[in-house]
Amino acid sequence: MIADGRIKSRFLEVESEFSAISSVAGAVAAGSRAFTATCSQGLALMHEVLFAIAGMRLPVVMVVTNRALSSPINIWNDCQDSISERDSGWIQLYVETVQEAVDTIIQAYKIAEDNRVLLPVMVCMDGFILTHTVEPVELPDDVEVKKFLPKYKPNHAFLDPTRPMTLGPFTYPEPYFKLRKELSLAIDNSKIIISEVNEEFGEMFKRKYGNGLIEEYKNDKKIAIVSMGSVCGTIKCVVDSRKDTGLVRIRCYRPLPKEDLIEALKGKEIVIVLDKNISLGLGSGSVFSEVRDVLYSLKDRPKVVGCVAGLGGTDIKSKDINRLIDESKKMKDGEVVWLI
Amino acid sequence: MIEVRFHGRGGQGVVTSAYLLALAAFKEGKFCQAFPFFGTERRGAPVTSFARIDKKFIRTRERVYNPDYVVVLDSTLLDVVDVDEGIKERGMIIINTNKDVNLQTKATVKTVDATDIALRVIGKPFVNTSMIGALVGATGIVKLESVIDVIRERFPEEIANKNIEAEKQTYEKIRG
Repeated sequence: MIADGRIKSRFLEVESEFSAISSVAGAVAAGSRAFTATCSQGLALMHEVLFAIAGMRLPVVMVVTNRALSSPINIWNDCQDSISERDSGWIQLYVETVQEAVDTIIQAYKIAEDNRVLLPVMVCMDGFILTHTVEPVELPDDVEVKKFLPKYKPNHAFLDPTRPMTLGPFTYPEPYFKLRKELSLAIDNSKIIISEVNEEFGEMFKRKYGNGLIEEYKNDKKIAIVSMGSVCGTIKCVVDSRKDTGLVRIRCYRPLPKEDLIEALKGKEIVIVLDKNISLGLGSGSVFSEVRDVLYSLKDRPKVVGCVAGLGGTDIKSKDINRLIDESKKMKDGEVVWLI
Repeated sequence: MIEVRFHGRGGQGVVTSAYLLALAAFKEGKFCQAFPFFGTERRGAPVTSFARIDKKFIRTRERVYNPDYVVVLDSTLLDVVDVDEGIKERGMIIINTNKDVNLQTKATVKTVDATDIALRVIGKPFVNTSMIGALVGATGIVKLESVIDVIRERFPEEIANKNIEAEKQTYEKIRG
């Protein structure tokens, strides 16, 4: 695209993902808008730098094309790679369609660069299932995008010789602790901006995704499935074919929209959480344990059951989801099954 | 919704076949979805790809388990892969072969020697465009012109012309 003159950017070829994310960090710290994408082992190699970027409050945007982690080696989709970076201080948005991926990347810059946020954003899209799929996508007009997302003018973290500042310096225990607490508050507070940006995008481009944090689909039934990403498309088809089940799609996994989840899931008989990751040693996926934790404060809390599915690209079939819903009626609260 | 499954081997253009079909449907204002399932990414390994065409946006992400049509780009796969698996009652299987095929199936089976046509017209055994021609000729799921438009957009002129010629020949051949 750069060689064809379609975008005016500089393409930087580096030798590893560690260098890629470090270069992006440097570019953003110098006041540029930058972009990179990775997945799986590549994301794992970036691990150390991810925390540094969040700590330096650099508004980096990166696409993660979710794929399984080794070993054994596997090139296909699951969400273990980005879920394993959930505590890094990055906002994580999970998309359902290719259209949502396009739209969310544009939104991500607006969120990241907002002075009330100043945090990195990971846009997570399922590897192969979305990245290698041909489907209709409406590409937003450049002029419109520039109106929605004007030129980046950094006034926070910006390396400028005329205005010297230090980024990511050495700190003693107490200031370190204080800054970690501030970072935690900052990512919590970003929820409101993520919703705002989703609304603003919706007004301008006539497409929006739930309230930006979660999307409810026919969620007026006794049973609710909670999940993230492209599998929610298949779940929506299952929901259409049944009378007893609705869907709550978590679009924003970090920060976790606790209040929205409580509101969407209170009064349910059964909540089924479908995870495409496994927290080894916990015996369940991360979304399951967090949703269950969120609902703990409810007086009459629903039965919450978990399902680990789709690891290493295993196809999640509609008939398996139907079977899972039927079986959930007999499952015990807290029980986790593997869809294999 | 029409669902199609393509069987072939790595390097034969199995994935491109599904993409071309979806893009042709898109040209006609239809909704479409096409995606591959790669085995190990190397030449010769069995590869499957899928395409869906519908009047509304296609939400499901599961693979195609009950295809209306199956296209087999390489007949040596018939001994290895169950190409008939899950096919609909009134489905059709289109196989690239110059031999008689004895396949146990409830679906209609049609054969075309796409390799011969590709070798003569393109000069190489790339059968994806010829097999799309056969599929379109046998089923009419998209117009031949739509596929031709897509090929023109996707390939350089000389290669496009050869592929379009091969596609037209299989299209006519399967229609008899």
